Amino acid sequence: MSKRIELQDVDIYYGKFHAVRQVNMTIQPRAVTAFIGSSGCGKSTVLRSLNRMHEVIEGAYVTGQVLLDGVDLYARDVDPVRVRRQVGMVFQRPNPFPTMSIRDNVLAGVRLNNARVSRKESDELVEKSLRGANLWNEVKDRLDRPGSGLSGGQQQRLCIARAIAVSPDVILMDEPCSALDPISTLAIEELIHELKEEYTVVIVTHNMQQAARVSDQTAFFNLKAQGQPGELIEFGDTEKIFHNPEEKATEDYITGRFG
Amino acid sequence: MSTSTSPAEATSTPPEDSRHALKHSSKRFGDTLFKALSTGSGITILVILAAVAVFLVGLSVPALLADPEDLPYGEFWAYVLPFAFGTVWAAALAMLFAVPVSIGIALFLTHYAPRRVATTFGYIIDLLAAVPSVVFGLWGINTLAPLVRPLFIWLEANLGWIPLFAGPVSGTGRTVLTAALVLAVMVLPIITALCREVFLQTPRLHEEASLALGATRWEMIRQAVLPFGTPGIISACMLGLGRALGETMAVAMVLSPGETIHFKLLTSDNPNTIASNIALAFPEAYGLGVNQLIATGLVLFVITLVVNMGARWVISRRREFSGAN
Repeated sequence: MSKRIELQDVDIYYGKFHAVRQVNMTIQPRAVTAFIGSSGCGKSTVLRSLNRMHEVIEGAYVTGQVLLDGVDLYARDVDPVRVRRQVGMVFQRPNPFPTMSIRDNVLAGVRLNNARVSRKESDELVEKSLRGANLWNEVKDRLDRPGSGLSGGQQQRLCIARAIAVSPDVILMDEPCSALDPISTLAIEELIHELKEEYTVVIVTHNMQQAARVSDQTAFFNLKAQGQPGELIEFGDTEKIFHNPEEKATEDYITGRFG
Repeated sequence: MSTSTSPAEATSTPPEDSRHALKHSSKRFGDTLFKALSTGSGITILVILAAVAVFLVGLSVPALLADPEDLPYGEFWAYVLPFAFGTVWAAALAMLFAVPVSIGIALFLTHYAPRRVATTFGYIIDLLAAVPSVVFGLWGINTLAPLVRPLFIWLEANLGWIPLFAGPVSGTGRTVLTAALVLAVMVLPIITALCREVFLQTPRLHEEASLALGATRWEMIRQAVLPFGTPGIISACMLGLGRALGETMAVAMVLSPGETIHFKLLTSDNPNTIASNIALAFPEAYGLGVNQLIATGLVLFVITLVVNMGARWVISRRREFSGAN
């Protein structure tokens, strides 16, 4: 299942610090949306507000609405734990659980909430998820080995397998390739192409070629001035953002003429 | 550090000079000093441990080799066995009470309490570690023992059919269970303080990985914090256990000792511990008796060594999955 995400008047704070101002956008299902912008402009912060991971930091909160197929994730009666089941996340640095085997890593999310899964079901799920992350052929003979023994790129694909094992509606990726070499990066990018067949994918990246290669739509974030909150400057089809942006700031950033 | 030459000079200087610039410098005084200090500290530990071992073995041998007839406290192994049992039994009970509570407090401080509460709480825990054991002993006799006696009576009346709680209940409340409770309070701050540090070391990345999968806070603790901290928790417990095994004063004051081996927790006939027995018997010991008491100390030394080696083995068995790589 793949769902549409609408942000309405979203403001994001870290305690007293106003990090992001007034974001309004609609993220399409079965598509890849890229967030670009310079460091500190709030793109990762916006990403983390989409699965309520932002509020894990003490004092951090969000105002406005984030609608997942019309349901407000920030409504009073919504349990953040349930939100995170539906909206999976892949982090900047690969973070498989070091104390678990490859197999247990894939099943980590499935086993939460005391869910009982039979051996046969879990075997199938492990294979399906690892195949979905293009990792099966590399690890099928060593599923009981520690996940931390894999290469960086393999670990990141293991994290993707772990995220898709719980069959979420949305997958968020926070600079998933920034710690990887070019070959591993290519593998992840190919995977992102396949993932959008089934999921809504949102990816934060510092690499503009990557945004151009993998995304259907691109959102450019920027600070008006130092010390000001970050803002969504321009949002549209990737093709248009990269070739015919409407805003001067977007064009400056895309072409590298950026202070 | 090497002398500063501009790049232009460096290329034009003769080979001998540039070779000189790369030569091993003997002038790094700080490095040499630090290496000597740290190596020296390491050796000191070994020397102290060896000195203790030599002392224990040297003075134990006469008692171990003597004819049982000549020993003031009778045959050595028959003499030491109840104390060895009492030591391990009391320490094990203390750990049974202290470890879950300590881990609970440490988790509360690191993952549940607001920061200000956690800081204040941390100081109180550290303060508890600074209370002298004789004070804990007095507290055990005067406060805890009378306090727990009604509980003991209730236990005997209702659960007396379990051998652990068999009667008759001690009239003073000064039983092995009371002593274990006092020991538990004494080792609690050590284990708590160490576990707290261990839990704080959990990489944020792993905690977030777990939360992002939809884990509740408790699930996150079970999935990321506890597995990652296991070697640290074991080490913390070993330090606590070391104190519980060797604690002398508090046990000597609280326990009304006997020389038996049984698992009854509530009676006035309790197995004494090795350390406590040495403290109680030493003032009146003479001749071979001194050697015999020191030999019991050697047994305690060996018990501690074996327990610690066991813990190391447990940790190393799961090294691959420790997260250290």
